[in-house]
Amino acid sequence: MKILVCVKRVPETGARISLTPDAQAVDDTYLGHAISPHEECAVEEALRLAAAHGGSTTVLTLGPPAAAEQLRNALAMGIDAAVLLETDGSDWEPQATAAAIADAVRDGGYNLLLFGNESADSGGYQVGIRVAYTLGLPVMTGAKGIEVANGVATVRREAGGGWEILEAALPAVITVREGINLPRYPSLPGRLKAKKAEVVTSAPEARPGGLRKVRLSVPQEASTPVVVLGEGAAAAPRVVEVLRAAGIT
Amino acid sequence: MILCLVEPGELSQEALTFARRLGPVKAFSVAAGEAYAPGAWAAAIVQLVERDSPSAVVAAASDRGSEVLAHVASRLDLPLAANCVSADAGNPMTVVRQRWGGSLLEEATLAGPVKLLTVAPHALPAEAGDEEVETFTPELTEDDLRVRVVRREEPAAGAISLGDARVVVGGGRGVGSADGFAVLQQLADALGGAVGGSRVVTNLGWRPHADQIGQTGLRIGPDLYIACGISGAIQHWVGCKGAKKILAINKDKNAPIVQRADYAVIGDLHEIVPAIVAALLGSAR
Repeated sequence: MKILVCVKRVPETGARISLTPDAQAVDDTYLGHAISPHEECAVEEALRLAAAHGGSTTVLTLGPPAAAEQLRNALAMGIDAAVLLETDGSDWEPQATAAAIADAVRDGGYNLLLFGNESADSGGYQVGIRVAYTLGLPVMTGAKGIEVANGVATVRREAGGGWEILEAALPAVITVREGINLPRYPSLPGRLKAKKAEVVTSAPEARPGGLRKVRLSVPQEASTPVVVLGEGAAAAPRVVEVLRAAGIT
Repeated sequence: MILCLVEPGELSQEALTFARRLGPVKAFSVAAGEAYAPGAWAAAIVQLVERDSPSAVVAAASDRGSEVLAHVASRLDLPLAANCVSADAGNPMTVVRQRWGGSLLEEATLAGPVKLLTVAPHALPAEAGDEEVETFTPELTEDDLRVRVVRREEPAAGAISLGDARVVVGGGRGVGSADGFAVLQQLADALGGAVGGSRVVTNLGWRPHADQIGQTGLRIGPDLYIACGISGAIQHWVGCKGAKKILAINKDKNAPIVQRADYAVIGDLHEIVPAIVAALLGSAR
């Protein structure tokens, strides 16, 4: 089985997010970067599926030259090959991103294309689905479990407290949610190997898309001062009073 | 005219409220067979767009709404603005949408003959309206049914789902262990609520991932959220900030969650939570 996993480089934000002066991006001067969480799980899932069924794994990202760092992280986890669709670092909107990925993988002979359900930063919920349509492939989203047997992929996903089970014949696109697995840490030999591995790089043109970012802002939150009901177990009667006044009990 | 997809639940009421601000609303639901097929729902919306020529199609950014509108966007090759909190009716439309799960906002322009938008959960209050909901039955091809739900596993009978619970008790690193959640469950039971946890807790395996409240888990909007031993990192905050009231129980009075909560009790949750349970049970007698 030939598996592709698409990932996105995102800054690792802490307790506060601050913006660049032009309000076009998160100020990542003092931040590290990582693979967006759902996609890191997609990398792990690709490795597990390849281990169970045999085959090869490729990681792909669309992003600035620095995104090679995230590709090497995936290589260090055990992915076999890496593809960088290089941009100038500007945000590509979802239509452009999906078109470039579809072009790059169309002739790759992949049986399974894994994406994150949505990226941590932009959260567009659509690139994987758009790629599937462009390539004429079935797509299943929100996977918290994937099984492959006899050329059919079975996906489990959460729905209203229960589960939905979906099936599609391969080749197929599946978008993955955190919780499907716990991603492994890269091994030291993995890291050394990844350092020297080739990253196949190309620079696609962005097709025009219809969603254009104007500016980012940090939302203002109405801040009413916290009412401290007390300290320790002695506060319990006061808590019950407040719950009762709020109509909770 | 604005088409608005209506599914059961509060999120669709929020989507309707959002849609009304853009123009006259036509609400619809989809009847496309017992087994949910995203392609069939997308086909329904594409057919409605052809029939009604709406200026926009709006759906809640629920799992289903997000999925279906992305299918529609792909079929029509139109842009889609996900997780919007506001929009004007211009062309191109100016929208404000959430990024980073709502810890940032993006002002963007949205082009296209039909604007496709999903509405961020719990970002605006649901207002009552009097639209009739048309049940639309699409004409389907085999291709529309290529992917569909082949089986469902229903939640345990009587279980209160985290997404629907009016009271949620959440635990973080401060709970200390999987066993530590027993008292949180007692508190939830006493209040008719459900238990969830932070990303730390699900990554440590103290709770199943399905119980995660946060950017990569569930975004909840209960009447009351009781955050126990949770510091309140952005990842978690964006999942719980939709709660109408937040009570934080934390050792650290300077923790971000305490600063942002409505109420707080400072101290060890292992003493405080059982005391609240006892007080609740005692006062019920």
